[in-house]
Amino acid sequence: MLKDQDRIFQNLYNDKGSDVSSSQERGDWVNTKEITDKGRDWIINEIKESQLRGRGGAGFPTGLKWSFAPKEVGSRPHYLVINGDESEPGTCKDRDILRFEPHKLIEGCLIASYAVQAHVCYIYIRGEYFVDGQKLQAAIDEAYEKKLLGKNAAGTGWDLDIYIHYGAGAYICGEETALLESLEGKKGQPRLKPPFPALIGLYGCPTIINNVETIAVVPTILRRGGKWFASLGREKNTGTKIFCISGNVNNPCNVEEEMSIPLKELIEVHAGGVIGGWDNLQAVIPGGSSMPLIPKEKCETLTMDFDSLMAEKSGLGTAGIVVINKDHDIIKCMARIARFYKHESCGQCTPCREGSGWMWRMLERMAKGDATKDEVDMLGDVTNQIAGHTICAFGEGSSWPVQGLLRHFKKEIEKRNNLDPIVQKKNNIPYLVDQHLLDKKNA
Amino acid sequence: MSLRRPAKDQPESFEFNASSLEAANVIVAKYPEGKQQSAVMALLYIAQKQNNNWIPLAAMKYIAKFLDMPYIKVYEVATFYTMYNLAPVGKYFIQVCTTTPCMIRGANQLVEACKEKISENECELSNDKSCSWMEVECLGACVNAPMMQINDDYYEDLDKQKTLDILDKILNGETPKPGSYRGRVNNEPENNRKTLMDLKNA
Repeated sequence: MLKDQDRIFQNLYNDKGSDVSSSQERGDWVNTKEITDKGRDWIINEIKESQLRGRGGAGFPTGLKWSFAPKEVGSRPHYLVINGDESEPGTCKDRDILRFEPHKLIEGCLIASYAVQAHVCYIYIRGEYFVDGQKLQAAIDEAYEKKLLGKNAAGTGWDLDIYIHYGAGAYICGEETALLESLEGKKGQPRLKPPFPALIGLYGCPTIINNVETIAVVPTILRRGGKWFASLGREKNTGTKIFCISGNVNNPCNVEEEMSIPLKELIEVHAGGVIGGWDNLQAVIPGGSSMPLIPKEKCETLTMDFDSLMAEKSGLGTAGIVVINKDHDIIKCMARIARFYKHESCGQCTPCREGSGWMWRMLERMAKGDATKDEVDMLGDVTNQIAGHTICAFGEGSSWPVQGLLRHFKKEIEKRNNLDPIVQKKNNIPYLVDQHLLDKKNA
Repeated sequence: MSLRRPAKDQPESFEFNASSLEAANVIVAKYPEGKQQSAVMALLYIAQKQNNNWIPLAAMKYIAKFLDMPYIKVYEVATFYTMYNLAPVGKYFIQVCTTTPCMIRGANQLVEACKEKISENECELSNDKSCSWMEVECLGACVNAPMMQINDDYYEDLDKQKTLDILDKILNGETPKPGSYRGRVNNEPENNRKTLMDLKNA
């Protein structure tokens, strides 16, 4: 288990209060000027050396992302945008940072803004977290009062203003370019990349977008050194991470642990074990709902980091662990996730808008046993038609959980659904509108 | 995508009152000059607060003029985001999360409780017209599942009986205390905390 002094979020459970003075006791705001005095290149190099990877789901190296910002500020100002639109089912870590460790985030914003030369920072918070956003606003107000923000923030000689922007209940706004659209006062529909936001982002200006947790760990990394952070976890999967363990466990909780911790340790030690015992475990969603589930056999030895989960054809995502035990119907659970994606699709790309509904309806029928034999493969086909055929990663996010289900629980689905195909003729695929393209005689 | 339609009965006109106007001007000042369109989401929210928790079409027209942007752009935003209510809801608006992490911890019991106490169907006003409820997607409090949101506040770690008690209070016009209903502190593992022990109760 990680030593307590190596935990970055000392106030994760709000033992100490979240105001400036108690944050200072925990080490925030102590020598911010000393850090910025070492210069932009030092900061970016130190973050690169720490091998910090973005905590929002994609795991992109943070130092590298910062180095994409133009070196000189041209005619267009630079912006820093913090992504706090935490909506991935199974994830609730950013909320605790917003309400209990706001000064880690605010100080991180100052340092990151200095590193990428931004004078304005927007923090995008999902609309449902209104109360937690108000707590962050109170912390920002206090920081202005103590001259930690505004002109010559914290004596660093850098001017910074931080504003909160509330979302209004759209999961897709967690996608960085959809978030920018939303911030500009439009529908949250993702943009095509390239151009990447680091060059053309908010209002067409260079913009760096980071997750709340990513920015909140930055001050501690710079104080204790990139080497310290890199010494935790393993190569390319370093540092600590807040894990959210929910679902059928005895003590669902958020806990900060070392990267690459065994999944079994997280569940057994911190979350008090699976309800009904380890043998009652059915499957685990390791990184928020869009990551493919992992069946029990593999959970025994699984370690929780980006690369080892990738090797299992899943992913760490946001590290929101959903434990599902044998008391629940796995097909129904996945059908509910498919319904979530059907509801949250922004509607911009046809494969996702239509396909997410198809997957949901097919899974609902499969849960009841109303599907035909051939539909199991057809479902797999639908997921392949969505993944990789959309502007943003929502297409993958919505089809991966279904693919995970098909990969590990296909027998279960087939056992329940053995009705004969409605259409017997093999070469006629009824759900394809452009069937004539496949039919060689007419082509 | 979700299907969203404006209400049939619409008020003739809408205007910000003094406090809304003040709040709106503060918001507009957050964004660079000429980029006041960014404020549209916050202004819709202010309009919703002022107008008993829902946004009439007149408010969208008013905001379009206020921000000097086309009405259709405001309409697009208001119909895209699910937190804007386009038809009247109760003074107490109850949102029950039923996404998988809550579902496997018994969110259906919360739905049953709402059906018993408020109305048989979603988005229907209760008999005394003070409450309405609906099922929503993940509210981001998964380790405190099952949970629901009433106006701005989260009510966590619920079961059927606790939900019935909360709804009773609301129907009596009281505001129940938000937070966990199993007496635990925030997101810590109940009775099983293994980390940061020297800070606990310090």
